[in-house]
Amino acid sequence: MMSEKILYSLNAIFDTPDEISHAAEKIAEKGYKKFDVHTPYPVHGMDDAMRLAPSKLGYVALIFGLSGTLGALLSLWWVSAIDYPIVIGGKPLFSFPAYIPVMFEVTVLSASIATVLAMLFVFFKFPNNSHPLHGTGYMKKVSSDKYGISIQADDPKFNEEEIRKLFESLHASEIDLIFWDNEELNHKNKILEPKFLLFLLAAAVITSGTAYFSLNKLMFMVPFNWMMEQQKQNAQQKSLIFDDGFGMRQPVAGTVARGYMPYEFKGQPDLAGEKLVNPVPISKESLKIGQQKYDTFCSPCHGYHAEGDSRLRGQYPNPPTLHSDKVRKWSDGRIFAVLTDGQNIMPSYSTQLTVDEKWAVINYVRALQRALNAKESDLQ
Amino acid sequence: MSSSSIEYQKKELPLKIQKIGLGLFIAGLIIVILGYMVNPDRSAYNNIIAFTFLTSIAVGSLFFVAIEFLSGAVWSTPFRRVGEFLSALIIVLPLLFIPLLFNVDKVFHWTHPEPADKILIGKAPYLNVTFFIVRIVVFFLLWLLFYYLITRNSRKQDLSKDSGLTSRNVKISAVFMPVFAITITFTAIDWLMSLEPHWFSTIFGIYYFSGTVLAALAAATIFIILLDKKGFFVKGIHTDSYYSLGALLFAFTNFWAYIAFSQFLLIWYANLPEETFWFLARWDGGWKYASIGLIIIQFLVPYMGLLSQPSKMNPKRLLIMSGVLLFAHYYDLYWLVMPNYEKGSVPFGWIELGFPILIAGLVITVFYYKSKNENLVPIGDPKLKRGIDFRL
Ligand code: HEC
Repeated sequence: MMSEKILYSLNAIFDTPDEISHAAEKIAEKGYKKFDVHTPYPVHGMDDAMRLAPSKLGYVALIFGLSGTLGALLSLWWVSAIDYPIVIGGKPLFSFPAYIPVMFEVTVLSASIATVLAMLFVFFKFPNNSHPLHGTGYMKKVSSDKYGISIQADDPKFNEEEIRKLFESLHASEIDLIFWDNEELNHKNKILEPKFLLFLLAAAVITSGTAYFSLNKLMFMVPFNWMMEQQKQNAQQKSLIFDDGFGMRQPVAGTVARGYMPYEFKGQPDLAGEKLVNPVPISKESLKIGQQKYDTFCSPCHGYHAEGDSRLRGQYPNPPTLHSDKVRKWSDGRIFAVLTDGQNIMPSYSTQLTVDEKWAVINYVRALQRALNAKESDLQ
Repeated sequence: MSSSSIEYQKKELPLKIQKIGLGLFIAGLIIVILGYMVNPDRSAYNNIIAFTFLTSIAVGSLFFVAIEFLSGAVWSTPFRRVGEFLSALIIVLPLLFIPLLFNVDKVFHWTHPEPADKILIGKAPYLNVTFFIVRIVVFFLLWLLFYYLITRNSRKQDLSKDSGLTSRNVKISAVFMPVFAITITFTAIDWLMSLEPHWFSTIFGIYYFSGTVLAALAAATIFIILLDKKGFFVKGIHTDSYYSLGALLFAFTNFWAYIAFSQFLLIWYANLPEETFWFLARWDGGWKYASIGLIIIQFLVPYMGLLSQPSKMNPKRLLIMSGVLLFAHYYDLYWLVMPNYEKGSVPFGWIELGFPILIAGLVITVFYYKSKNENLVPIGDPKLKRGIDFRL
């Protein structure tokens, strides 16, 4: 058995990085192809000395990087412009600038992961557990403080005598032969033996079977999920009952929300002026609310003092003063109609102000009017 | 390891170079003077482009010299002098900013804001002519000071071979870094961003910095390749060093694109009128094509051209890409400045040519004089031998 060992390579150990660079250069010059250099750290210029062709790893990065870019672009386009189109921030459905950061990240991610994995598993053939150099004295030395070179026996130019002479002329400090480990060489992968596979299958069937039987039959308890799993229509589900297919229904026509009073005088401001009575009493609190709301919503156009001294600087037709005789003579209800319905180019303020707030604002407008036309008696 | 083992024979640049440099300089000067007589406004805008461009090369080169000292890099030592010679352009910077100081009111709207313009009135404590002039003069003196300190030590070392000078330069470079960051940022704000004083972008300083670094690197690479071809360096420049230059160019091309896009993306997303108008002006009429051209010339072309490993090692390819990037920086500055002169269409005529010619002449002339009086290789530098033997 011993004598039948198969030769793997002839190895030499050198003491300095300069010697190993020189040796690698000479060996590459002599035309050896299947040789490798082992050093404890990367030696600058070794690729050149060994005449290695440029690595193909760059292509892996390029291909996976590009497919990352393209994949990200396509998926974003599909998701946001085709499958579930939602307008976000007023941007077009397909907004390329917004995709660029994502495309960039996905490019980097897929390129770097693919490069690392390809390097380990394709280029280094990881996990190569039975490499003949493993566990040799040679490996120990070159991974601490020596520099080694190994020429494989299957190199077409391999000739033990010649290489020995070459190594000696290059001042190798040690030269020795490395053999394949017969045991490892003849060692078949036990994982693929049918017996083992059958055993694995049986184990899988038995464990999953017993687990299923014990959990779902022996110890089965009806789960307490009646509340969760009701027969009901969930939001955004398609309805099978209604013709239009909407699961979510509109309220019945004429429905009124609690605390909300419908406005009866739409389009009839004069009638509103006659019928509506201001229910909010004039008090410090209501005037305060009125002032705050007025300053927020009305003053940009009508001015802080309601004189039409707008801050819009002509970007909008100048709104009228609220001190005109007309408005002063109007009833509170008439002004209420303006705030609720809007008037010509003045919009309705119903979405910004509640009913009570509108009345409070009107009280405040009254206060402003009175301030400009104060009577003698007000001063007391 | 001792540096005395390096044999360096000083070679002089041919006299022809000096003639070309001076010729270009004079030709450029004539066009510039004519331009100032015919259309002072337009010339002043071009003057800003030229000033910021030359600042990029001059101060950017000093930045690279300082970075080499600070990081202890050896690969760039054999050709560090190229950067030092280019940073000598700092001395001639006043030639380009002094004419502008007499024309500030032509180009800078903030020099005469309308009384109702609350924004400009609010910015007046910073944006006023006196402080503006003080700033540029102080910046210039700082650049000059650090240029003087760093190159003086480097020159002395040629004779004394004292490695203590290197460590002294490391310290000076460390001080220079924050000075550089602040001065370059404020130069960008003062001379480029304040052209449109209502507009603001917090990333603008870095935007200009990214172009600065690219321009300085590209200019140095061009000189290195041309000089190496004629055998001006000891043992020549190895492809591994070219690879490092190419990798830096490639990295900063990406950096520029990253910064430029970051600036654009936020403004595009927020869509606020007070910010978007700046980009809209660059998307209006002919400027649209100028903007697309910028993306192509400053990003797509150099990106594709420098992506693969062999392309970074090939001096010919590097030379072309450096030329493209140097041009791209001028183009970039033109794109930043000129929409303030003319909206809707891209102004281009003989006036635009004066300053580039003048700058080319200046760069060649200054380089010629520096290389005549000083060694092109820092023969006293203790890192030189390792730099020459540098392999990846
Ligand atoms: C967007 C600007 C704007 C805002 C904000 C605004 N208004 Fe008006 N308002 C106008 C304009 C314009 C008119 C005149 C409409 C017309 O042409 O009849 C007007 C008319 C009025 C009138 C009728 C005056 C008249 O002479 O006919 C009243 C009362 C009034 N506004 C009160 C208010 C109050 C109270 C608020 C705050 C809730 C308010 N407005 C907010 C623009 C505005």
